[in-house]
Formats: sequence, C-alpha cells, structure tokens
Amino acid sequence: MTALSTPSAQTDERLARTSALRKLLARPELGAVVGAVVLFVFFAIVANPVFTQPASIATVLYGASTIGIMAVGVSLLMIGGEFDLSAGVGVISSALMASLFSWSLSTNVWVGVLMALVLSLGVGFVNGWILMRTKLPSFIVTLATFLMLTGLNLALTRLIGGNVSSPPIADMDGFDSAAAVFASSVPIFGINVSITVFIWIALVAVASWILLRTRIGNWIFAVGGDANAARAVGVPVAATKIGLFMGVGFCAWVAGMHNLFAYKVVQSGEGVGNEFLYIIAAVIGGCLLTGGYGSAIGGAIGAFIFGMANKGIVYAQWNPDWFKFFLGLMLLIATIINLVVKNRAEKKS
Amino acid sequence: MKKFTKLLIGLGTTALVVGSLAACSNQGGAQEQSGDGGGTVPGVDSGLTIALVTHAAPGDTFWDIVRKGAEDAAAAYGVDLQYASDPDGSRQSQLVQQYVDQGVDGIAVSLAKPDAMQSSVEAAVAADIPVVSINAGEDRWKDMGILAHFGQNEEKAGIALGEYLQKDGYQHPICVIQEQGHVGLEARCAGIKSIIPGTEILYVNGQDMTQVESTVTASLQASTSADIIIGLGAPFALTIQQAATKAGSDIKVGSFDLNADVAQQIKDGGILFGVDQQPYLQGYLAVEALVLNNTGGFVIGGGEPVLTGPAIVDTSNVDAVLEYAQEGKR
Repeated sequence: MTALSTPSAQTDERLARTSALRKLLARPELGAVVGAVVLFVFFAIVANPVFTQPASIATVLYGASTIGIMAVGVSLLMIGGEFDLSAGVGVISSALMASLFSWSLSTNVWVGVLMALVLSLGVGFVNGWILMRTKLPSFIVTLATFLMLTGLNLALTRLIGGNVSSPPIADMDGFDSAAAVFASSVPIFGINVSITVFIWIALVAVASWILLRTRIGNWIFAVGGDANAARAVGVPVAATKIGLFMGVGFCAWVAGMHNLFAYKVVQSGEGVGNEFLYIIAAVIGGCLLTGGYGSAIGGAIGAFIFGMANKGIVYAQWNPDWFKFFLGLMLLIATIINLVVKNRAEKKS
Repeated sequence: MKKFTKLLIGLGTTALVVGSLAACSNQGGAQEQSGDGGGTVPGVDSGLTIALVTHAAPGDTFWDIVRKGAEDAAAAYGVDLQYASDPDGSRQSQLVQQYVDQGVDGIAVSLAKPDAMQSSVEAAVAADIPVVSINAGEDRWKDMGILAHFGQNEEKAGIALGEYLQKDGYQHPICVIQEQGHVGLEARCAGIKSIIPGTEILYVNGQDMTQVESTVTASLQASTSADIIIGLGAPFALTIQQAATKAGSDIKVGSFDLNADVAQQIKDGGILFGVDQQPYLQGYLAVEALVLNNTGGFVIGGGEPVLTGPAIVDTSNVDAVLEYAQEGKR
C-alpha cells in the first residue's frame, strides 16, 4: 500500500487511497507494456505497410502464442521462485509420447494424447517432488530432467519407431479431430488466426485469475517471496511448488500437441534451447528471477515482444544476423526498467 | 503432497483404462508395417572394426540415413560398426582420438570443422589407421592424409539448382537456412545466388517448427515478388510448404534433401523437386572403401573427391526413388 499525501490524523494510514498512477507504476508488466508499444510503433513505421496488415498481425500472434503458451506456466513458476530448464524438450517429449504410444499400439490418437498429458504432468510432478525432497536448487534438478528427457526422446523414438523422427500418425483414427482441437485456425474478418492464439489468451486469463483472485495465487506469491515465512503462516509450500511444475507440464502438453498435429511429424532432437525463450519472455514481462514478483499477463506481453522482434526483422527485410543482439539488448533494457520501477515503488511505500 | 500423488495415480489409471478399452485405430500405426526391407547380404565376414564419427546433432533425420547406409555396408561385409557423433568440433575430434586409442581398423569422419579435426585425424594416420572423410571437408581432406572423400560439393549443388531454376525462369527465390552460421547451408544458398542474383536468404530457428512456419509466413507476406522458396532439409521443406498453403500463397516450394514425405509430395505435385546428395551412399561407400582398402589396398577416387550428389529428384524420376525413400534410404 502506498500513499502520495500524508494521511490526516482521522484516517487510518492503511486505508489511504492509492492514486491510479501509483497503482499503474507498481504493476510488474509496466516496463513490458511500454516496450511492446514502442516496438509496435517502431516496426509499423520501418516495415510500413506490411507489418500492420491483419494477416501479418495474425502471423506475429501465432509466433508469439507458441512461446506464450509456455510462458504462462513458466511465469507462474518463476513467481513461485523456481524455474524449469526441462520445459523446452518437455514440449517435444509430450509430442513424441503421444505419437509413439498411439502408433506402436495402433490405438486411437486421442489415447496417445491422454498418455502424453499424464507424462507431462508426471514430469512436472517429479521435478517438483525431487526439488522439495532434496532441497536442491531447481537449476540442478531441472537440468538433470532436461538431459534425461533429451536422451529419452532420441533413444525411445529410435527404439520404437526405428527413425529419429516420430512415426507417421496422420492416417490414424482421431487424428483429424485432434488436429481440429490443437492445430486448426479460426477465420476472423477473413484472416485465419491460429487456435493457439485463443488457447494462449485463455491460459493467460485463467492464470491471472488464479494469481489475483484465489488463495492459491497468494500461496504462489508467498512461496516465491520467502518459502520459510510462507511455511510459518501455514502455506502448503511443497504442494504449491509441485503444482507450479505440473502447470508447466500442462503447458508443455498443450504446446507439444500443437507441434504434433500441426506438423504431423516431430523430430526427436527439437526443443533444445527453447526453455530460454520462455524464461526470456517471462523476464521481459516483469517476472523476477528471484521470485515473489511478476504476473501472467507480463509473460504474455514478453512473448508478444519476442514475436514482434522476431517477425518484425523479417517484415522489415533486415539482415537477421542482428536478431540475437536485439533480443539480448531488449532483455537487458526490460530487466533494468523492471528493477527501477520496482525499487521506486518499494521506496515510496 | 498426498493429494498430488493421488491425482497422478488417478490420471494414470484413467488413461490406462481408456487405453485398455482399446479405442483402436482402424488404420495406420505399427500394425501396418510389413516386410523386412532387408537388403542383400553377400555374407562376407571381414572381421574389421570401423568407426563412423560425424558432426550430427542428436535426432537429425539426414544423419540417420547416413548411419543406415553405413550399417547396411557393415552388415554386408561383416564389419563391427562403431557410431558416434557430436556437433561440437573439439568433442568430435576427441571421439576420433578415442577410436585411435582403441586401435580400430578404419575411421570415417565428417569434416564440418576441419581445423578442429586435424590433430586427431593426423594421429589416426600416424597410427596407420586408414581414414576416409564424408559429407563435408572437400577442400581439406587431402592435406590431412585421408584416403578418399565421399560427399556433395555444397556450392556446386547450389549452382546446379540455380541453373535448374534459371532454366524454368525463376528470378526471386527465397533460400531458407535453418541454422545460422552453418557453412554448408550458407554455401548452398551462395551457389544459388551466384546464378540468380535476386535470391533472398531467410534464417529460421530449426529447433522449433512453429517458429519456422511463422517466420516463413512473415517472409511470404513481406515479399510478394518471390516466386519459389527452398528449404534446406526435408522436414523444413514440408513445413515451408504448409506455411505457403496456409498463407494462401501460390509460391512454388523446393527441397534440399529427401525423405519419404517429400518424395510423396514431389509425386503429388506439392513440392517441385528435391536436391538429393544421397546420404545413404555416403555412409555405405565410406565403410565399403575402408573394407576394400583393408582387403586389397584399393583407393577410390584417384585423389579426387567422389561426388554423391546433387541428384535432382522431380516428377520425371520420382517413381524410381519413392519406394526407397519410404524405406529410409533416400
């Protein structure tokens, strides 16, 4: 709670009114919103008029949504004070599980889809459970999971399917309905918008609701801020953290099913390195690496910034050699803005 | 925590029940696999141990075909084949050194990073272990004392494709590179560009197909004058084709390298051609050359590289190739 003016003697200072501006400045995603607007205007000018046409915006949104879906889970996890290096290959593991399971047993594709959900939630559970039991840092635990999943993806795909890419399942029962759910597109004003964009928005809405309107949301902020203090006031720390890892697993399942049904075949070596894109999106969006601070919408805006920068360079027909440099620069600027805003907000309170 | 364990068990059971209710697929899947596809085995037992050390990234479909070629040759000649790979030049070099230490009878290497490989290859030559190179390193193999080289000259392949495109009147191709800074991929696009100056190069993140598709869509929206787009790998060409279809673009699509799906698309007209460097041949010939060297002192190629490509597969010859692409040989 913050106040601009000294409260008068009559009113309790805890009841002081907070100005709208101050409220706005304290929002974790403020820096990201400013960055997104600046970037949008910038590309709208330099890549005029291609960048602002509806079809291009649909493309930017699609590129952002496939990162953004994962950024939802990863943002929540980071607010809870942990991060997950296995998230990138976890997406591919889920897709491979679905295709290998239904292919090798010749079941309906939906059975594989459900098995993949079980696997993805299971990976999240194991990550969280080991973390809570051993008290090791999440860097070590999820790094181990990352390596194991990378190996399993490759070894099992070759063992079961005989190739290093997943076996063809496009002719199997249930494929078409699953593709409709996970990989179709919706025409809006004549523009085809990928269904992942809507899934992404829905996930952000649900995550924001959990974070801001439920008791679980308070638990997430509490375990990220100070786990011991949270435990002392009765927050179920272990369950919250395990749940957050399972949330990442759920997002990995959604993203993995999209990959599988959109491209029909998944290569077992994919996904390595993408975990950093999710973390980048969350950090640009105002989540602190140390936990306890951030928002789900911030992660979404971070993913949107990533999508705009990534595609904007193509629309502007620039030399893409510079892309990684710009990404690094944006990350640095966003993080510094977040830090400054947060420090100012805390000082005045 | 108990709740979560219960939840997990519950989910697992549900899925297993659904599974055992046998919602079976009427078509596709493993049930449709038939035949053994095994080639002819001459039944020679050379008793040699040969190592194949490549710069393949784990899970790369191209190198899977190279490995299959090497395995088939190994089966044909009774060779104990040791396979290892690492995309990192210095680690690949260490793998070669390990096989030198083991005293194998022959080593086949890919020379994507020749400088990193030089010391270990020279150590093998010094230890009287015959070495052949495959795929990459055409301009360096001879200096290192390597017996023979099997591969495609990437720039020549690019030039051959450029001429093929020029003949059909294309003026503005987009060449899609899935790994920035990969010398071989850059050389292919440079080869095309040397024939058709209007060639545009597009970089995509090959680790993430969703990003490949959305970046290609962005590129098609930005440059409407492009008349053909070329993927430098079979899975990428397929994704590019899908992006073009979704974007409603009538741009033509071409592929470097083949697989079963690309071969089928060439037959169906969705993809125009595949520039095949015949990776199976690279693996097969490397093992065969080492066996022949051991059993007769033969040297293949007469001091010149043996080119395995480019073999352009299009509607005119796809029927002869399709069956073998489905077996994972092309």
